[in-house]
Amino acid sequence: MTVTEDYIDASGGDWDEVIERAQATSAERLVVNMGPQHPSTHGVLRLILTLDGETCTEARVGIGYLHTGIEKNMEYRTWTQGTTFVTRMDYLTPLFNETAYCLAVERLLDVTDRIPERAEVIRVLVMELNRIASHFVAMATFGMELGATTVMTNGFREREMVLDILELITGLRMNHAYVRPGGVAQDLPPGAVGKIRELLKEMPKRIQTMRKLLDENPVYLARTRDVAYLNLPGCMALGVTGPLLRASGLAWDLRKAKPYCGYENYEFDVPVSDGGDVYARYRVRMAEMTESLKIIEQCLDKLQPGPVMIEDAKIGWPAKLALGPDGMGNSPDHIAHIMSGSMEALIHHFKLVTEGFRVPAGQAYAAVESAKGELGCHAVSDGGTRPYRVHFRDPSFTHLQAVAAMCEGGTVADVIAAVASIDPVMGGVDR
Amino acid sequence: MSTENEANHNGDGAEAAENLPDRRGSERLAAPVVRTGMFGATTAGDTSGYGGLRVRGSAPAASSRPFTDPEDPRTADFDRVADDLEAALGEGAGAVERIVVDRGEITFHVRRDALVEVVRALRDDPALRYELCTGVSGVHFPDDTDRELHAVYHLRSITHNSQIRVETTCPDADPHVPSIVSVYPTNDWHEREAWDFFGIVFDGHPALTRIQMPDDWHGHPQRKDYPLGGVPVEYRGATVPPPDERRAYK
Repeated sequence: MTVTEDYIDASGGDWDEVIERAQATSAERLVVNMGPQHPSTHGVLRLILTLDGETCTEARVGIGYLHTGIEKNMEYRTWTQGTTFVTRMDYLTPLFNETAYCLAVERLLDVTDRIPERAEVIRVLVMELNRIASHFVAMATFGMELGATTVMTNGFREREMVLDILELITGLRMNHAYVRPGGVAQDLPPGAVGKIRELLKEMPKRIQTMRKLLDENPVYLARTRDVAYLNLPGCMALGVTGPLLRASGLAWDLRKAKPYCGYENYEFDVPVSDGGDVYARYRVRMAEMTESLKIIEQCLDKLQPGPVMIEDAKIGWPAKLALGPDGMGNSPDHIAHIMSGSMEALIHHFKLVTEGFRVPAGQAYAAVESAKGELGCHAVSDGGTRPYRVHFRDPSFTHLQAVAAMCEGGTVADVIAAVASIDPVMGGVDR
Repeated sequence: MSTENEANHNGDGAEAAENLPDRRGSERLAAPVVRTGMFGATTAGDTSGYGGLRVRGSAPAASSRPFTDPEDPRTADFDRVADDLEAALGEGAGAVERIVVDRGEITFHVRRDALVEVVRALRDDPALRYELCTGVSGVHFPDDTDRELHAVYHLRSITHNSQIRVETTCPDADPHVPSIVSVYPTNDWHEREAWDFFGIVFDGHPALTRIQMPDDWHGHPQRKDYPLGGVPVEYRGATVPPPDERRAYK
C-alpha cells in the first residue's frame, strides 16, 4: 500500500493525541473542521479545510445540518398552507420565497394575468423592503466576522427599521406567510404608507453612514480587495447569480430580463462592478439598497385602491382581515356575508379552508431575483389539492459550491471573508 | 374523382379512424387511474353512494407545431429554439422524444442515453447558448410504469434571454441517468441532492454521495413510497393525527 499523502485529522477528540501525531510526522498539513458550530459560518455550515500553515490548500463544504424536509412536508398540506413552509426556508428572504412559490402556483392555475394590480404592487414593495433587510444582515454579519462590531450593531439597527414596517404590514418580523396564491393575505394597514415614507427619508442617511464606515476603510479594504476572486466564466459554470454575478461584471437581473409582478413598470438601475472580489460584492449590495429605495418610492405612487386577492371565489382566500377581541381574524363584514348573506360564499369559504383549491395537473417553474440570486420554484401538480412535488433552487445552495474556487490558495482569514461575501443562509441551503 | 379529392378523402378517413369510439375508449382505459370514488376521500366511506367511479389521468401529452402561439408572448421563441435544437443535434434529433408546450413553458423530453449530447448542444450551439443550468429536480411518479423517476432540468440562456425545461426519465428498476456535471459543473450538488432524495444514480458524477441526509441513512426520503412520519399530538383531550394520516382530498 502506498500512502500518497500524510495528513493529521483534527476533527475532534483529544487534542493531546492530535499534537502528538503532528509532532511524530513530518507532515505539514492539517485538516480542520470549521463549523458546523462556528460563529463565522452563518449557522450550521461545515467547512473542511486542509491547511498548510496559514494557507488553505483545499476547502470542502459539508451541509445538511439544518435539513427540515420542507419540500416533503408541503406534499401533505394544501397549496395555500405551502406559503407557511416556504417562508421558513431562507429566513432572511421570506417574502422572496413566498413570491417565487406563489408565482409558480399561479402559473399552474393559469391566473397570472388575473392577480390584482394592488396585490402586485404590494408584493414588489415588501420584496424590496426585504432585500434591504437581507443586505443589511449580509453587511452586519460580515462586519462581525471581521471583528468590526460597530458594523454589526449598525447593520442590525437599520434592518430593524425595515422589520418594524414588515411587522406592521404582515404581523410578524420574519416568517410572514403574507404572499398567498392569488394575491396577498391582507391589505396594507392604516399608517403603513406613512411609516414607509419615513423610512424612505431616513434610510439614505443610514446607508450613507454605513458607506462612510466601510467604503474607504483601510482595514476593510485590506480584508476584501482581491480576496475570494471569481470571474465571469467561473460564475457561469458554477451557476452563480445575484450580487455575486453582478460583482463579476454581468448586469443580469431577472427583474429586468424576465420581469414578474410588474417589475417592467419600475425605473431602476442594475448596479454592476467588475471587481469580482469581496469588495465588489459589498459595493454591489450597497448600491442595490439605494435602487430598492427607488422602487419602494415608485410602489407608493402606484398604490391604487382595489382588491388584494384574486376575484375568483374558488381560489381567493378571504383577504379582508380585521382585529377582533380575540386577535386577528376574518372581518365582521366577511362573517356577516357568509353566515347570512350568501350560501355560495359560505360553501366556497368552507371548501377553501378544509380542502383547499384544486390545481390542474402539470408543472411550472417560476423564478425571482431574490436578495441572493435566482430563487427558482419548480412546482408539480397531479390535479389535487396538495402539491405533488415542489422543489426550490435556492441561490445559497448553488453558491456554496463556489467556496472551493474562491478559497483554495488563500489564507484561512480569507475563507471567512469568502463565505461571508456569498451570504449563505443555511435554512435555504438545507431546506 | 380526382386524385386530389381522393387524397383528402383518405386523410379524413385516417383522422376518422382515430376518433372511433372503440379506439378512443381503449386508449382511455389504458391510461392510469388517478382517483377512485366521487370525492377522492380515503379516510372515510364515500357518501356519494358511487364509490366505483374511476377517474383516469391523461396519457402523456405532446404538443405539435407550431409551438409559438401568437396570442401568448411567453411562447415567442419556442419554434426557433425547437428548430435550432433539431439543427444542432443533426442525426441525433431522435433523442428528443416529444416536446410539450404548456402554460407558456416548453419542455423537451429527452431519452436518457442522449441527455449529455443534448445539453452539450444546448450549451454550445451559438443559436442556443443555454449557459446557465439551475439544477435538477427529481420527481417520483410511482404509477408511471417504467418511467417512475423523472429528472427535470431548467436551463437559461443569458445571450438570448430564453428559458427551457429538459426532462428525462428512468425506471425504478434501473434508476440511472447520465450526469451532466461535465457540461454544467453547477449540477454537482444538485445531482447529489436528487440522488439523496430520490435514489436517481447519476452515472459519471465525480462523487455521488448523500448531501442532506446522514451518510448512513437508509432510503430516499422524497420518494412517494417513503412515509412522512410523525406522531399524533394530544391537545385538550383530542388527538390530532400526524399529517400523512389526516383526511386528504384528491
